[in-house]
Amino acid sequence: MSYRFFVNGDPVELEVPGMRRLLDVLREELALTGTKEGCGEGECGACSVLVDGAVVDACLVPVCQVEGTSVRTVEGLGTEAALSDLQAAFLETGGAQCGICTPGMLVAAEAFLSTGGSVSDDAIREAIAGNLCRCTGYTKIVEAIALSAKRRRLADLGPA
Amino acid sequence: MTRVLPPGTKELAAPDALIVPPGVPTPGRASPRGPLRREGPAKLTGVAKYADDLVFPGAWYGATIRSTEPHATLLGIDLDDTFDWSQVVVVTAADIPGDNVVSLIRDDQPILVPIDGEIRHQAEALCLIAAADRETLRAAKRHLKVRTRRLPAVFDPLESTEEFSHLEVGRGDLKAGFAEAELVVEGTYRVGHQEQLYIENQAMIAVPHADDGMTVHGSCQCPYYIHRALKRSLQLTDAQAVVVQAETGGGFGGKEEYPSMIALHAALLARKLGKPVRMIYDRHEDLSATTKRHPAVVHHRTGIMRDGRLVVQEIDVVMDGGAYCTLTPVVLSRGVLHAGGPYRCPNVHISGRSMATNTPPNGAFRGFGAPQTEFAAEMQVNRIAEALSISPLELRRRWAYREGDTTPTGQVLRESVAALDVLEAAAEASDFSRHSEQTRRAREARQPSARVASGIGLAMGWHGAGFTGSGEVHIAGVASVELTDEGAIRVLSAQTEMGQGTKTIFPQLVAAELGVEGEAVEVAPQDTSVVPDSGPTVASRTAMVVGGLIVKAARRLRAQVEAATDRPFVDSYHDFALEHGGLRVDEHFEPYPNVHFDDATYTGDAYPAFGWACAVARVEVDLDTGEVTVRDVVSADDAGRIIHPVLAEGQVEGGTLQAIGYATIEEIKLVDGRYLNDRLATYLIPTALDAPRMEAILVEKPFSGAPHGAKGIGELPMDVGAPAVVAAIHDATGVWIHDLPATPERILAALTGAPTPAPPGVSAPAPKRGAA
Amino acid sequence: MPVEPPVASPRSLADAYALLAADRYRPVAGGTDLLVQITGELGDPPDRVIDIWHLDELRGIRVESNALVIGALTTYAELRRSPLIAEFLPAFADAAATIGAAQIQNRGTIGGNAANASPAGDMLPLLLACDAQLVAGKGDGERWIAAREFWPGYRQTALQPDELLLRISIPLATGRRVRYRKVGTRRAQAISKVVMALAWQADEAADAPWANVHLALGSVAATPVHAPVTEAVLEGAAPTEAVADHAASTLASEIEPIDDVRSSADYRRAVAARVLHRLIRDEGGW
Repeated sequence: MSYRFFVNGDPVELEVPGMRRLLDVLREELALTGTKEGCGEGECGACSVLVDGAVVDACLVPVCQVEGTSVRTVEGLGTEAALSDLQAAFLETGGAQCGICTPGMLVAAEAFLSTGGSVSDDAIREAIAGNLCRCTGYTKIVEAIALSAKRRRLADLGPA
Repeated sequence: MTRVLPPGTKELAAPDALIVPPGVPTPGRASPRGPLRREGPAKLTGVAKYADDLVFPGAWYGATIRSTEPHATLLGIDLDDTFDWSQVVVVTAADIPGDNVVSLIRDDQPILVPIDGEIRHQAEALCLIAAADRETLRAAKRHLKVRTRRLPAVFDPLESTEEFSHLEVGRGDLKAGFAEAELVVEGTYRVGHQEQLYIENQAMIAVPHADDGMTVHGSCQCPYYIHRALKRSLQLTDAQAVVVQAETGGGFGGKEEYPSMIALHAALLARKLGKPVRMIYDRHEDLSATTKRHPAVVHHRTGIMRDGRLVVQEIDVVMDGGAYCTLTPVVLSRGVLHAGGPYRCPNVHISGRSMATNTPPNGAFRGFGAPQTEFAAEMQVNRIAEALSISPLELRRRWAYREGDTTPTGQVLRESVAALDVLEAAAEASDFSRHSEQTRRAREARQPSARVASGIGLAMGWHGAGFTGSGEVHIAGVASVELTDEGAIRVLSAQTEMGQGTKTIFPQLVAAELGVEGEAVEVAPQDTSVVPDSGPTVASRTAMVVGGLIVKAARRLRAQVEAATDRPFVDSYHDFALEHGGLRVDEHFEPYPNVHFDDATYTGDAYPAFGWACAVARVEVDLDTGEVTVRDVVSADDAGRIIHPVLAEGQVEGGTLQAIGYATIEEIKLVDGRYLNDRLATYLIPTALDAPRMEAILVEKPFSGAPHGAKGIGELPMDVGAPAVVAAIHDATGVWIHDLPATPERILAALTGAPTPAPPGVSAPAPKRGAA
Repeated sequence: MPVEPPVASPRSLADAYALLAADRYRPVAGGTDLLVQITGELGDPPDRVIDIWHLDELRGIRVESNALVIGALTTYAELRRSPLIAEFLPAFADAAATIGAAQIQNRGTIGGNAANASPAGDMLPLLLACDAQLVAGKGDGERWIAAREFWPGYRQTALQPDELLLRISIPLATGRRVRYRKVGTRRAQAISKVVMALAWQADEAADAPWANVHLALGSVAATPVHAPVTEAVLEGAAPTEAVADHAASTLASEIEPIDDVRSSADYRRAVAARVLHRLIRDEGGW
């Protein structure tokens, strides 16, 4: 069965079983190994991707359900030469240690920041509650997201 | 109060501890926060390659067939001949060319249980299979049957008669101490298993060479442990066995010894098949089969005077090693050495034994025996403070080690003692006394109908840096700094990056010594064919021991180049290399001066230096349900010299949250020797919503034996978080929980006087046959 | 190891019914339960799967003759965002907020929760307490199944193999109050140890007697259950301390929870009683 959708802005068409997990399609068929498998049961969030802007666990999404949608992974957020503001904030605050949770964490944070809602400590923590991190204690992750939010607000305000 | 050393100071002889507020520039550090993480951009963009991201064309998938009983004889492995086994490779113990042993301390753990051999735990590896695709692998598993004869199993370390090790340390006169003491407080404390829960599951990929050699790529902390294991069991030479660390998604000790097992499995399959084999665990297999923190039962009898003086400590430690020895004697050793807590006591006797049970072998996890015994030690101090009506802060002020005091092994703490510094820093930053007074008043005014209670708790700890006793001498680590033929500067060591920042601080240290920019220093990959054996990445030794080696190597390199060119290194090294060729300086570990330990009597200087920590936790307890919310934690940690403040804070924050999880929700129940919590839905670690606000206070009390003054920081925070939380629960509710984790079930039972739940760490027996 | 059974993705309800009439399918909606279950390690994977995610007929929330009608494919995130839920059944948004975290809430559906029939299903006590009607459809028509009849046994539903759950209809009544409480294992991504929904009819005054009391619980039995003996204690009574004490002790004897990996029977029993007591106290304001 053939499925067509967008990944990081590029159209893809794949002949794969419909119940193949989006996670496996991304990592194997598309060689986008940035999205990680931590548990395969939707508990850790390491496989988080955006489907039409909503953050989901790719280990729980069969590819037949992303037909016609726009999927975004960590590879679509920025590059080593041009980090996104959120990625740069993580780098500055120390929000990534071993890095295995980081792609999913960035995707969840990006979804949260895009809603433009309140950026309180509690709101940030709720937004990333589905992303387990064992290294950082979350402190510097929350700091990075708050920092990025602040910078986006300042950028939105534009020049005086 | 902060003191800043004058710039350019070479002598790290500050007698008082420095407290390093974030953002304050200090000598030896290029920027107040430290350089950005070297491999950060790769990790942040999904470019960094962890084991499962690596592609080896033609690789097959491997799987492990495991026992489903805790103790049995393996009678046979039957392959159903209706299945086409020509598509599958099967490896049994008979296929192991060398020793069927996973090399560690004792040669008791087989790589695969042989036919007629003894299965000693659930999930023990019996045989291995590999196939070209996962469908075939799954089908093969269904057509394979294991025949066993069940044997009686032992689950309680207190009932086990099989001992891995025992140990005694002490000084003074116990009998005289108890005769003198005016009050004796006793307590028994039990801690259960804890899973390291690195978010990246264990993974190894074995790639056979044409010449019988083998390269193994994978997630690990100690490439040379795996190298040794491969050589022995596959009968390979030093050069034939190659281990390459892939980007590693967390370790925390869980990837210290276990990777040797999975590497051997992958390698045996690859050897038989003649193609690469991927052995990538899923979370269920990782939780079921790999090592956990040792459960322990710690009994204290403490004799004190009514005025608060500590007179005598009698401590007994029993640890559950699981079915095989692995590193258990060393875990017991560290646990015993730290069991008295960071307190001076004239009469101390600590005995310990580690016992075998028919459960999966336990292993290294951040703290390595100390979190278990220091939980008990701090519980005891806090209960004594309550019995004497002395503040837990004040009691520790009196008891804490000072410079010049003597430890239970007879070690005189000659320098770098920051116990009182961390205590005061944490107490002040958390406003401990004022909040204690508030919680006391709130407790007294509390109505029976109150829903929530707040509490504050404090705990202190210590952690010896580096390997115990002559461990570092036995490791005989080597690390190098190299000026290559092309004029590049490289650091060569086996120290692995797993998030703690090795790849960032090593170039930082070397660059500071050489007078070059950090970016000019590269780190060679952790590949045993490239780098020397600088020892394992464990025991909080990387910054202190191996960092010390590369600092010395860098100094020698600089001296040599400057002597040859008569110009500063930074201006001359590139030309020097192009003209004279490369130059590599190897630095071999030399014992720290004046540090002597007698392995036979277990007396003397157990560690070259200790790190010190104090945590203060504030909690809220829901009095209806016993649920605990940890609101905030202040943690003051002394690591001698803070090389990189942001990375150091990261260690304190991460370690503290692991300790919070240990204290509250990380519970493992067992039935028939099998872990019931074998999926992430049932083994719980804190989410961002569970995590407290944390404040890390970094304290510097340098160690003169290390050229940069640094001690270790990785494990220290793990030693104090749990007892601080349990003390806070007591402060809120009046109940003492002696077992970890302090679950809502335990707390509610204590609040309502209901029967206490079963103690942690001991398996329930198998359910009766025929029961519904 | 993930399994990949063959899947059909109908684009209309009519197509879905035709498939279901011809063969036996396991439906997949948001996938948050099914994708975990079909690895083959937790029992046999299904022979074939029907992907209902594209059936927009199963989406939407609307008011219809004194009932709030929620499409089976309504996600927890949609429940939390819905102005109609906020106005008429805020307890449903409260419950949705306790499930998983953002990733699960964006995909998990109320219909999936009902069809999965876990004894710990977080929405299910609310459906019981609010007298929900679950509407099932197939080729020849629809039928309405009362929540009380929807879960006849452990992990079973009253759905026929050729039926799909289409929507859930919750009767609205003025003066109806609904409260929800879940005691989980941690503050997010938590399966419940005890989950409770309490609904009743009463006037504004704090001492007004309660009528039509429904008390439903999850995680204390093989299915979500009512607690009729405890309901009888509360029926016609005002929320006083004596009533709360009586109701709590009645509930403790009425339920028969078990020990499992998450918690103990003793704890579940004690906490269910205490949580009920607190709910009543909060309403009575004493």
